This record gives sequence, C-alpha cells and structure tokens, in this order.
Amino acid sequence: MSSMGRAGVAPAWRRPVAVVSFAQYPTCRREEHRNEVEVLMPVVAEALDAVGLTKDDMGFVCSGSSDYLVGAPFSFVMALDAVGAWPPLRESHVEMDGAFALYEAWVMLQSEDIDTALVYSFGRSSSGNIRRALGLQLDPYTMAPLWPDSVSLAALQARVLVDRGIASEDDFAEVASRCLRNATSNPNAQVSGTASAGDLMRDAYVVEPLRRHACPPVGDGAAAVVLAAGERASELVERPAWITGMDHRVETHALGARDLADSPSTRLAAQAAGLVGGVASKIDLAELHAPFAHQELILARALGLADGVALNPSGGALVANPLMVAGLARIGEAARRVMDGSAHTALAHATSGPCLQQNLVCLLSDQPGPAVLGGARTAGTAGTGGTAGTAGTAGTGGTAGTAGTAGTAGTGGAPGEES
Amino acid sequence: MADTEVLSSPHILEYPYSRSVGPVIGSFLAGLRDGKVLGVRCGSGAGERVVVPPTEYDPLTGEDSGEMVEVGPGGVVTSWAWESEPLQGAPLDKPFAWALVRLDGATTAMLHVVDAGSAGAMATGMRVLPRLVEPSARVGSILDLACFVPEGSDSPVRAQPAEPGNPAQPDDPAQPDDPAQPDDPAQPDDPAQPDDPVTTLSTPIRLDYRFSAGISQSRFLRGLVEGVFIGQRCPRCAKVYVPPRGSCPTDGVPTTEDVELSDTGTVTTFCVVNVPFQGQAIELPYVCAQVLLDGANISFMHLIQGIPADEVRMGLRVRAVWKPPAERGPSLESVLCFEPTGEPDAPYESYEEYL
Amino acid sequence: MAERCAVIGIGQTKHASARTDVSIAGLVREAALRALDDAGLDWADIDAVVIGKAPDMFEGVMMPELYLAPALGAVGKPMMRVHTAGSVGGSTVLVAAHLVTSGIHERVLTVAFEKQSDSDAMWALSVPQPFSPPLLAGAGGYFAPIIRAYIRRSGAPDHIGIAVAVKDRLHGSRNPYAHLHMPDITFESVRDSVMLWDPLRYLETCPSSDGAAAMVLASEQAAASSPAPAWVHGMAMRSEPTMFAGRDQVNPRAGRDCVADVYAQAGITEPRREIDVAEVYVPFSWYEPMWLENLGFAAEGEGWKLTDSGATSMDGGDIPWNCSGGVLCTNPIGASGMLRFAEAALQVRGLAGEHQVDGVRRALGHAYGGGSQFFAMWVLGSEKP
Repeated sequence: MSSMGRAGVAPAWRRPVAVVSFAQYPTCRREEHRNEVEVLMPVVAEALDAVGLTKDDMGFVCSGSSDYLVGAPFSFVMALDAVGAWPPLRESHVEMDGAFALYEAWVMLQSEDIDTALVYSFGRSSSGNIRRALGLQLDPYTMAPLWPDSVSLAALQARVLVDRGIASEDDFAEVASRCLRNATSNPNAQVSGTASAGDLMRDAYVVEPLRRHACPPVGDGAAAVVLAAGERASELVERPAWITGMDHRVETHALGARDLADSPSTRLAAQAAGLVGGVASKIDLAELHAPFAHQELILARALGLADGVALNPSGGALVANPLMVAGLARIGEAARRVMDGSAHTALAHATSGPCLQQNLVCLLSDQPGPAVLGGARTAGTAGTGGTAGTAGTAGTGGTAGTAGTAGTAGTGGAPGEES
Repeated sequence: MADTEVLSSPHILEYPYSRSVGPVIGSFLAGLRDGKVLGVRCGSGAGERVVVPPTEYDPLTGEDSGEMVEVGPGGVVTSWAWESEPLQGAPLDKPFAWALVRLDGATTAMLHVVDAGSAGAMATGMRVLPRLVEPSARVGSILDLACFVPEGSDSPVRAQPAEPGNPAQPDDPAQPDDPAQPDDPAQPDDPAQPDDPVTTLSTPIRLDYRFSAGISQSRFLRGLVEGVFIGQRCPRCAKVYVPPRGSCPTDGVPTTEDVELSDTGTVTTFCVVNVPFQGQAIELPYVCAQVLLDGANISFMHLIQGIPADEVRMGLRVRAVWKPPAERGPSLESVLCFEPTGEPDAPYESYEEYL
Repeated sequence: MAERCAVIGIGQTKHASARTDVSIAGLVREAALRALDDAGLDWADIDAVVIGKAPDMFEGVMMPELYLAPALGAVGKPMMRVHTAGSVGGSTVLVAAHLVTSGIHERVLTVAFEKQSDSDAMWALSVPQPFSPPLLAGAGGYFAPIIRAYIRRSGAPDHIGIAVAVKDRLHGSRNPYAHLHMPDITFESVRDSVMLWDPLRYLETCPSSDGAAAMVLASEQAAASSPAPAWVHGMAMRSEPTMFAGRDQVNPRAGRDCVADVYAQAGITEPRREIDVAEVYVPFSWYEPMWLENLGFAAEGEGWKLTDSGATSMDGGDIPWNCSGGVLCTNPIGASGMLRFAEAALQVRGLAGEHQVDGVRRALGHAYGGGSQFFAMWVLGSEKP
C-alpha cells in the first residue's frame, strides 16, 4: 500500500523498559460469579506480589477496556477499585485492547520521572452477542446498518487468501490444531485439544469459509502487567523481558480499499519497532493476536518470520480471546517466556478492529539491546520537577488475593463458539 | 460465599440513533433513494480513484474528496462469505452471502450482501446487479439497496425492506420505539422527491446482554428482599461499604466480612428536584439525599419523604420505609424512601467527613 | 518531562446543540483541518493521531477511532483512543504530549469530539443497568448535593453561582465558536430561571453540544518555525476512586495532587499571581469557587470571595477564568476538556480574538470527569521552559 506513511525508523526512545510481571485470569466461557472488580483484583494483586510491589509503588497505571462488551458507559471507572486508587494515582484509560494501554505506559516511562507502571485490562465478552456488537465498529452510515458481524467480516478476509492460493481451509485447520495442542500446556486457556487438522476439517462452517475451529471462543478474562525501567527492572527480577521496540499502525477503514490478504500496518509497525535487517532471524517465538486462524497466516507472512519461529506457544487468541485482554495477554505470554529463560527474543502482536485494521508489534529480549540508540536524547531536562512517587517499599505487599485464579481453566466453551 | 446464588438479569442497550450525514454521504443516500449508486473521486492523475461508498475524504490520504460520479449499476464480487444462519438484524432473513462488490467504474469495493440462493451459486469474480427496494419504501439508507443478485438471475424484487437497521426477533417482546421524527425529511410516509437531499439517517441500535451482579452485590440485593441492609467491611481499613462491591476502593483488597446495618441513618447532603425527567413518577418537588446508614462509612442516594421538601436539612435523622415483603425484589427500590425518625438532627461534625 | 513540547496549531468547530450539517467525520475534520491550517501543516506532516471522547454510546459507534482513522489522515500511522470520562479531552492531550516529550514523535495531531445530538446526553451518560439504584434525580442530581455541601462548608451566599453563570455567558458571547451566545444575560434572568436541582438553577448548568477540538503538538525542533508556539511548562493527571469512605468530593485530593504536580514542574508557587488566565472545567456554576480552592487560587472556604470580587472576570479581574465562556457555554463532553487546554493555548499565543486577555505569559488548562475523580491539567507558557 503506497499510502502507508513513511517507512519505519526505529523510534528514538530513551531508556530501556521491561515487562517484569504478568498475571491473567484463566479465561472462561462465562464468569458468572464475579463482577469486573472481583475478577481484576486477584490478577492485579498477583502481578504486583510477584515482584514484591504494591500499587503505591506504581508511577503510572493504565488500563484498556470497552464499554460495549457489557453495554454500560463508564465501565472502566469502577474497575479502578480493583487497584485501590488511594492516595490518588497517575492513571489513564484507553478504550482499546490493553496492549495499547501498555504502549501508553511505555511512552510515559520514556517521558516522565517514573520507574514503574501497572497495566491491566478486562473483558467480559460473554455478556452480550459479541459477534453483533463488533459490527458497531463499522462506519455508522453505510456499513453498520447492515449489521455485519465479526465472523462474517473475517470470513471475507479468509476468502481472499483462498482465492489467491495463499492458503487453504486445510491450512486454517493446521493453525487451529497447533494452537489447540499448544493450549494443552496453558492452564489459562479456555479451550485445548489434540485433534489433528484432518479431524478439525469435519467441523461445520460458521460462516463459509471459516469453520468452527478457525474462529475464537467467546470468554471472559483479565490480565495485568508490571513494567519497570532501567535498573529498577533488574532489581525486581533476574531476567526482565526488555522491550527493545514497540510501535503500532492503523489502516484505512474501508474494507474494499484494503488488501485483506496482507497486513501492511503490521509490517510497518514491526519495522518501526526494530524488526529490520537480521533481527527477524533472531526471533525465537511470536505471540500473534490472531482471533481467526487465517489471520495468523497473514501476520506471519507480513512479519517475514522464519520457519523455525514458534508461533503462539500459548495457543493464542484461538484458545482464549477475552476482548480487550487478548492483545495484552500476547505481550504477557511472550514476556513470560523471556523471563523464564525459554526464549531470548520474542515478538508480541496485538490487533484492533475488523480484519486486522490496527496492529501493534512489541519486541522483547533478555538483553536491553539497542536501548543505547536513544541514549543521545536522554540528556534532556530530567529533574524538572514532578513528584518522584516511586519511593520503593518493595515487599510491603503481600495481599493474598490470588484465591480464585485457579480451578476454572478449561471449563466450558469450545473453539468457534462465536457462532 | 458460594451459598449466595449470583443474580443475573437481561440488560437491553437500545437507542433510536438519528444521525446527520453531511453532504457527501447525504448525496450517496439520496442517490440510492433515487435508484442510483454514487461514488466520489479521490486523488489525482495516475492515482485517481473512485471510492464507493463515498466519504468526505480520501480513505487513504485524508485529503478532501472530489466530485461525485455515478457508478454501476453492475459490479464484480471481489470476496464473499456464506452466512447460512443470518443473525438478528441481517439484511436478509434467509441464507445469503456477505460480499465485497466492486461496481463498474469504481476503484474500491463496497460491503453488502448477495442473494444467490446457495453458496454454490457464489464465486469470486461473478457479476452482480443491485436490487433496490420498492421506490415507495426507500428512505435514503444503505438498506434502500436490498441486496445484489447474480447477473441474469430472476430473483424477485423484495417487496418490503427490513425494518431499518434492526428488526427485532419475531418473539421479541420489546420493540424499539418508533425512531421516526415528525420533521424527518426522509421518512416513507413523506415520499421524497428526486434530488431532495438526505440529511438524516435513522439507525436504531439494540443489543441484548445478560448482566451479572457479582457475589457481593448479590448478597446485598438478597438482603433487600429480606428487609435488611448488608454491607461489607474492609479487612485493612475496617471501613464498612454499602452497597458493597466486593472490594475496598482505597485498598484494592476483597471485602469478605458481611455487616448487617441498621435501617436508620443521617442525611449528609441533598438536593431538591424540580425537573421532570424520563422514568420519574414522583410528584415535584421532591428530595434526593445522600443517606449515611448508622454503622456504614459511605452514603448512598435515596428519596426523602414524609416531610415537606423545604424542611429537609443536612443532619436529618431518617429511617428506611420498606415495601411490604411480598412486593420487595433484589433492588434498592424495595426501599420506598427514607422518612424522618423524629430524633434530633445529627451534629454536623458527626457526618462532616462523609460530604 | 524529557523533551520540550509546544502547541503549534489549534482548531475547533462551531459548537451547537445539533450540528445537523455534518457527519461525525465531517465534525472532527472541521476541527482537525483548522488545527493543521493554523500549524501550516498537511496530513502527511503528522506522525501520529491521538483521539479522545466520552462513552461510545453517545454516537453508537464502538471504538470510533477505527472508523475515523482515514478521516484524520491516520492511515499508516499510530493512532490511539483515550477515554477517561469527562476529563478525556484533557487526558487525550496529555497522551499526545507524552508522545512528543518522550522523543518518539515530532508532530502529533490530537482530536476530541462528541456528537451528542446523535442520541441523547442524559440517556448516554446513565444507561439504566440492572440492579443499579434507580435514577432518582437525573444528571444534576449527582452534583447538586455536593454543591450544597460546599455552601454549608464555606458559608457562601446564594448569589455566587448566579454570578459565575452570568460572567461565563458574557465571556462566551465574545467567542464565535461558543454554543451559547447570551450577551443579554443578567443576574435577574439567571436568578429567575427554573430551580432544577435546588440549589442549581437552569441557567447555572451547562448545555449539551455537538463539537470537536484539535491541536497539533510539536517537538522543539518541529516548533522552531512556528510564529507563536505555546510551550508546555507542566502537565499531570491524577485519579481517585468514585466513592470511598470519607471521600472529599467538594475538594478532591486527586485535583489538589494533580495541580501541585503541574505547579512544581512549572515552578509556580503563587498561582493567582503567576498564572495570567485559566480555562477550568466548570459545568455547573458553583464549580468555579470550588475549583478556585482546589487549584490553589484561594484558601479553602475562600474561593467564593474571589468570584464575588470579580477577580475571575476578564473585565477588570486579575485572574480571568474561562474567557471562552467555558463549559457553561459549550459542552461537547468528550471535547470539553480539550477545549479548556486549547483555549489556554490560544491565550498564550495571543490568538484568542475578542476574548483575548492582554499580555498572557502563562495559562492553566484543566479538565475533570467521573464523580470529580479524574483530573488532567497543563500549564502553558509563551517562553520556552
């Protein structure tokens, strides 16, 4: 797409920031018993406890959610109770996936005199008919009145791949089979299984050419990430998952003006995040936010990932897709594998909008990496006021709070339940 | 806590949105009403494109778009997806194809549906023609274009359009209010003349949800059925919250200890309501007050009755007036109102910190 | 802050109860194109777009940044969508500003809007939900008891609210973009208007508007060619819970903490003396004296005296507040906070026209939202910080 803006240049960011903690609520078909706050509280507590911090240590808090999931305006306001915003916090909210809240927090850590940030998101996709609700993302004059649903729009995209010979329905089933198998070792997955691609091809169509296994399950979930900058990250954990680059790009809204078989915005975001030269060959794994099986194929192609890269070792969004959470969870899952030593370098991706309209790419490494590139700009005017706010009281946390995060994995749901 | 059954309830989010459409979309919608499809020129020179549906801007660059041009009527399917079980609100109530259709003369494809009878009749690259609804039923909407049909097909013209945007299910008890505005120029009962601009578009939206109250709120709501206020105490700061939400908003920890509260309390502050608003069924003027129940550390809003509005004051001591047990439900509406107890007013200092 | 940041372009729509002449895209483009034009830039010069608005239910479009991306020239660029309730217009600016101060971008377009006439503001702000307490009092019923608490605490006389309502409407009559133009408003006409939520009268409340605001924020390098940049001297946001035991809703701590942070960054110790003009989110008249105290222009309990003395009037006052007419004249909710931030910038740049105060060197922009719990503020200056 010629209009995709100027070519990506690695952003001149100033200091290394890392993911140091990640927690998530095991995604379930429907969380009937707990409200948003009750779901979030143990997740936030678990993320903070893991690094011995409390909310009072957080230099910034940012969240992502959407009012349309529960059909209530200001649904994020009460969710703040899960953090306990007293004394008052530096806090903000995006009406987007939590991955974009993490981006905002990362920017804040580049800019402000703070060392830590808490990012969280929650999504009760089960409350309504999410397939229909997502149709309200479309142009309200000429598209939304037709009530196109999210699966049908994705199916239009999948058809383009099939028509052009880029991928077949069998390829979609291969993706789903691998994701389900990967999910058997993911206690937070909503669905998992060992069915072969051949088995899955017996599934019925939800919207042709997408069969049940090629569509995500509907589920409720939440996730929280703690970010830390510079030395603070190294103090908190042995192996921080350093964010060596992050960027996001949006495409035009008109589906008929896009090349649905490609994801130029993903490619551009990846270049801007630093996926240039030989970097792609060093990626060990990629967590791609592909709610539909064919979208993983589009993303992997756009990113130019090598054959050996482990794709969605968690199972990805095909096995747990709480809206507004699934993107943040991709960053968390990728970071977790860097932190536990199973990967040196990982790529995480998040998406927003119909047919991968908007895409975010985050590169993670066990080395702070090219942080020095931004060093020239760090001189600046540090110390121009601002409350420090992060006077550390590590270890004063200790709220139990994690009760209830276990035991609900794998309940109910099946692939393709968006139907 | 597992002994408390969690309450849930249907929740309907519904509004008959009425949108001003601006000149470009207005021309497009007027064109559909008048039986033609319009696009708009964008870009220049070798980069010139014709965009359908038209927008005020070039969908790639954001620059202002140019002149409107008629396209079609026929076009080519560039992608399609077969919907075998149409969802609520879909343009057709039988199996159909969602499709991207590039009309003759257009550069971009538009989203709509194809009535082809079966998936077997669909193919990328096939030629299609638009089917408009009856002229008398057109209102200046994307739904004036009922669907596309395969070229050469003998599919009948649809007799009636779907209810614009959002037909309720046949068994749906709650019909949306009639969105038509009396002065709306684009209503079927006021047939528009060709070239009349379309300025407004009605797009009723209804979404159905299932709302879950959560554990703590459910316990509180069930208490109301029994005629008691059940709050919760924070294990860290010991403050008592009513209604409880399961967490302490300042400590961010679960509140698990239930506290049964008195149904007497103090008016901390209030306002006198003189304005009627939707759903209100109380004689004006009336008083809405923040009531701090004895033993609670937070107030909630309720009605004050049994005292003239101009005699309500901060510090007034009040007691809940419960509905008869048979009429109570899991709602604060089980409390009709609060009325004075006759006790002396509470001193300002006793509730000052709750203002 | 790391890098410097300046406002180099400002745009807003003509605000009205219903802008029936435009689509949502047309509305936001009206503001954005004016901001670009003011900055002497084109869509292609912009690195990233940050958009904000209040609940999606106002227009019935979920995450409208997706639909609006091409309308705002964002194709191929980063785009973010902020939502922090009524403070969102301010928070959105701060997110955009941090993209500059972090050194990531050179020129960021930020836009906020609300097209409230597509639905109904009362409905969209308080969609009835199961198990929630019944709506007993309507919109103003939430704030009127807080105002009563302020009056009780401060001993302020009844006419203070009326005075603010008159003053802001007279200010707004000089602003061609304002929704309400009431040059003939009088003390008596406000006093005699319907008492909606006692102690709040009809003419002491804000209107419901359609409107949009936009700004171009630039790095020091990108601002070098701007004839009149407004430099960011300090910016901050703070949040506290909606309700908690002992919460002071009259003088919320989040507001006090937020402004203290901003003043510290800007080196301000005596705001009344060191700030020349302020655009503060005052949706109900009485919030002027309340925020005068919260923002440190007056001691606690003394804010009403400042209003009473005429200090906040641009006709002779020493600290004019809301020369644009403020929220009492114009209230497209999602954009209202950005309008405060943008009007502060206009004053610093000397471009506010009829409602310009002479010789402004520093200005405060302020937004708040939710149950007086979300705050966003900045201080701008005509000189580089």
